[in-house]
Amino acid sequence: MQNDTGITVLIPTPLRRFTGGDAKVIVAGSSVGEVLDALDATHPGIGERLRDDSGQLRRFVNVFVNGQNIRDGEGVDTRLSAGDEVGIIPAMAGGTSV
Amino acid sequence: MKTGASPASATEQFRLPSAMRAAIIDQAMREAPRECCGIIAGRDGVPMRLYETRNVAAGNRFYEIDPAQLIDLEFRELPEQETEIVAIYHSHPESPAYPSATDVELAFWPDAVFLICSLADRDRPEIHGFRIRDGAIDEVTLSP
Repeated sequence: MQNDTGITVLIPTPLRRFTGGDAKVIVAGSSVGEVLDALDATHPGIGERLRDDSGQLRRFVNVFVNGQNIRDGEGVDTRLSAGDEVGIIPAMAGGTSV
Repeated sequence: MKTGASPASATEQFRLPSAMRAAIIDQAMREAPRECCGIIAGRDGVPMRLYETRNVAAGNRFYEIDPAQLIDLEFRELPEQETEIVAIYHSHPESPAYPSATDVELAFWPDAVFLICSLADRDRPEIHGFRIRDGAIDEVTLSP
């Protein structure tokens, strides 16, 4: 339900098994970190796919706020306002050597 | 989708139209010695459109699809087209068309078929398809 602090989180296909198939989830939070906490509280298990033990975003997960990669800014401390859109996207990556 | 045990002989099939095969090889040749990458969108596992993507990884032995391009495809372009990612492709400019340890470690999209284009023999480029799930590699038979 949209409310004063409602943030829309876009869930990528590989993580929709945590959201019952939903591509969008609305949660409350005033920073990306709070929104990811709220997402994990309502959809247990998704959080560890996104962040490491120290709470930082995993190397091969990217989060965009209104189209901007948070790695280029404040990371999980990025502030959010009602109506902002947070997109989560796991990397598509690999290589021919380790 | 059935998730139980299936006979080992039931090899999965994936249709890779000749035009897409040619497009992947062309892109791999153009971008060598760097690895090229992209996705194929479709419905119900049937390929409909190929999207070349930018490789933002450093060096010639890695690829990472530009996350800005990927997020636009996943959340805007493909939903608008009512398609989804059915395959992810990349090239191995100098090594065989088989997933590397890094490819397996970073396989975060288990619903997509992984296509690898090898240019190890420039005169005979090869493309092979795989499922990579939970660290296991299963070859997928490609048909035109």
